[in-house]
Amino acid sequence: MSEAQKKIEIEVLRYHPETDSEPHAQVFEVPFTDDMSVLQGVQYIKDYLDGSLSFRWSCRMAICGSCGMMVNGIPSLSCQTFLRDYYPARVRVEALSHFPIERDLVVDIGGFIGKLESIQPYIIAKEPRTLAQGEYLQTPEQLHAYEQFSSCINCLLCYAACPQYGLNPDFIGPAATALLHRYNIDSRDGGKAERMELINSEEGVFHCTAVGYCSEVCPKQVDPANAVNQNKTNAAADYFLRFLRPKGGAK
Amino acid sequence: MESYKADVVIVGGGGAGLRAAIAVAESDPALKIALVSKVYPMRSHTVSAEGGSAGVKLSTDSLEYHFNDTVGGGDWLCEQDVVDYFVAHCTEELTQLEHWGCPWSRTPDGHVNVRAFGGMKIERTWFAADKTGFHMLHTLFQTSIKYPSIKRFDEHFCVDLVVEDGRVQGVVAIEIASGEFSLIEARSVIIATGGAGRVFRENTNGGVVTGDGMALAYRHGVPLRDMEFVQYHPTCMPGTGLLFTEACRGEGGFLVNKDGYRYLQDYGLGPAEPTPRNKAMELGPRDRLSQAFWYEQQKGRTIEGRFGSVVHLDLRHLGEQKLRERLPQIYELAEQFLGVDPAHEPIPVRPAVHYTMGGILVDGLCAAPLPGLYAAGECSSVGIHGANRLGSNSLSELLVFGKVAGVEAARFAKSVAPGNSATLLKQAQAVEQRVLGLKTKTGGTERIATLRKEMAQTMEDGCGIYRLADTMQKTCDKLDELKDRFRNVNVEDRSSVWNTEWLLAIELDYQLDVARSMAYSALNRRESRGAHQRLDGFEQRDDVNFLAHSQAHYVADGPPRIDYGPVKITKSPPGTRAYGAAGEKVEQERKASNV
Repeated sequence: MSEAQKKIEIEVLRYHPETDSEPHAQVFEVPFTDDMSVLQGVQYIKDYLDGSLSFRWSCRMAICGSCGMMVNGIPSLSCQTFLRDYYPARVRVEALSHFPIERDLVVDIGGFIGKLESIQPYIIAKEPRTLAQGEYLQTPEQLHAYEQFSSCINCLLCYAACPQYGLNPDFIGPAATALLHRYNIDSRDGGKAERMELINSEEGVFHCTAVGYCSEVCPKQVDPANAVNQNKTNAAADYFLRFLRPKGGAK
Repeated sequence: MESYKADVVIVGGGGAGLRAAIAVAESDPALKIALVSKVYPMRSHTVSAEGGSAGVKLSTDSLEYHFNDTVGGGDWLCEQDVVDYFVAHCTEELTQLEHWGCPWSRTPDGHVNVRAFGGMKIERTWFAADKTGFHMLHTLFQTSIKYPSIKRFDEHFCVDLVVEDGRVQGVVAIEIASGEFSLIEARSVIIATGGAGRVFRENTNGGVVTGDGMALAYRHGVPLRDMEFVQYHPTCMPGTGLLFTEACRGEGGFLVNKDGYRYLQDYGLGPAEPTPRNKAMELGPRDRLSQAFWYEQQKGRTIEGRFGSVVHLDLRHLGEQKLRERLPQIYELAEQFLGVDPAHEPIPVRPAVHYTMGGILVDGLCAAPLPGLYAAGECSSVGIHGANRLGSNSLSELLVFGKVAGVEAARFAKSVAPGNSATLLKQAQAVEQRVLGLKTKTGGTERIATLRKEMAQTMEDGCGIYRLADTMQKTCDKLDELKDRFRNVNVEDRSSVWNTEWLLAIELDYQLDVARSMAYSALNRRESRGAHQRLDGFEQRDDVNFLAHSQAHYVADGPPRIDYGPVKITKSPPGTRAYGAAGEKVEQERKASNV
């Protein structure tokens, strides 16, 4: 039998708020070739079997962060997860865990966007500089210190993996903490004191129970668990130090 | 219908849209900005740009060199005064991005590093490993959060511009999560919606790159300029079209045919040397490299793969350590998508559609002929790319002209009074009825995916790397047929929440208009220049008849009307476009004649 005739069953979790009271599974049979991603399988369904299936996607190359789904229960980027790895068994595709489902495989990520906006994810210059003065000097070592934390594509697989976020959606969570850490340790930045207010707060890093699953599912090796844990130390130090110096005092 | 009053509305939240939004906010914090994007801004296709962004940096480099590379690379179809402005502002914009936190790769002493890129005489491409677009986009998005006057309309799909009293006064958008329409009133509008590469079958583009903004402006009478110039990137993944950055060659990678031979030396790009020489061999411009591939294929010197002919991108001699440091994303793409370890095996590649050189006609201040309308980035034709864009000029374009568009749109907004809300709302309601009609009408039989696939195939057949009149004509005819069949499209999904099938239908309608502007402009250009190459008696550049910008004008019930506008030549008269040793000879002759 030629490869083109291989077929795989894809079980998709469907939910339409206008007609469904709760999510339900639907199985599609999809012809596939060994190079096809789970995303391409889902696209086939939409193009040829059921135009009403809704999901997000764009770049197809694991950089835009749109196409996160649970694939056989594991938070995955569907564009770089391949059908061949499941064949001949059925593969199950569901919306990312821990987020409200808007429809089918589309989840509401507004909560995350709010967290991202709250952490002041931009340079608060330590020593302001004019354009005429040119670039800040930053050695490769200084770049290396924060580079991995700047690689987060906001795909939210880490939130779908995080048991604490599942229990408490107000928990700031892995990606936002990694991003906060990214700016705090950037040699150009002087905004750490402002950002630590959030980390020290009720919804900050102490909710993390160090499961580490967030780093395991991260497709970009950001290692958010590492950022969270470094910030536990920072937050603890900050908690005690704040009795010793005025708020916002020089480091 | 919800109504929101802004001063400036920006459609598109990628690099150009975000840079424009920040520029408006900085030029006057009192102006209310609405940033409308069909995806969350960090999903925009800027995210996929890999290799880098051009700006003169080294003491051995000069603005004149960058100008000459750009104008020659564009086969003299560039607006030279605009290129002048562009090259003079790239470096300060890239420095601005550095101040905003972009993690540019560095030299050991902490300065921003630059790498070689195709068609560039001196190393001037700033890079953040091989994820430059990703880092620029996230830096801009995160920085935009600082400005309270920027109100984002994330996941809002723009369906029309509202034009009243001869000027644009707002947009109509659908909130994707609810299917509800909104009118966003504004005194000026910036379109920054990116390119249209997905009208072709094999392309490097994300699913969102459907030419929406081009079609919106076009339908309101704004010409689309130079649409026949579509860039094929020479090194893409067979099948998916995913991109292997030009930086692979900037770092020293080779392109070889089935005999392991660096075939580019046979196409006026040699001599072949063991290390990359700028503007030669693998560091030639993209149009020439894609054309060389085509000839190798004709000669039977390519390798036959499952997704068509390929050549090999050989990075093995660079070693794993350098590849992991400079090209980490390329390494992962090759491993995960192809099962190829580039430190030990060559990567199979073939050309795929990558970039739309043409776009919405704007002047050097990003203003379209429709008062109040501005455009920036890939959707626009501000005039810097000519007939062939040089790699790493487009990311700089987003910054330089995103800012210009923002400043100019802010200035215009302050110069005019707000419109009549009641009249604008009435228009918006008519738009709503028309767009809703697409999913409420009955009896449609055409499947969206079928029409889309036929469009993409015919664009590849007729408007590929080399073009012939009869196949271009067939493509034009086919697109006319598809436009007709689109009237009979069937949207199965009638619901409101996240109805992406409905949105795909609207996008397809945009794509068909943009595709026709490309195909008809191509058919009409009876010469060969840059990325537009013919094999039917028009193999040469014809400066007498075609040193001119094509302009496609929308015609409601028929094919576009094509006319031509002048090209601004200030200091570089059209010359011989040559690379490699031949290019150096031409440059020496030019220098000698100037003495």
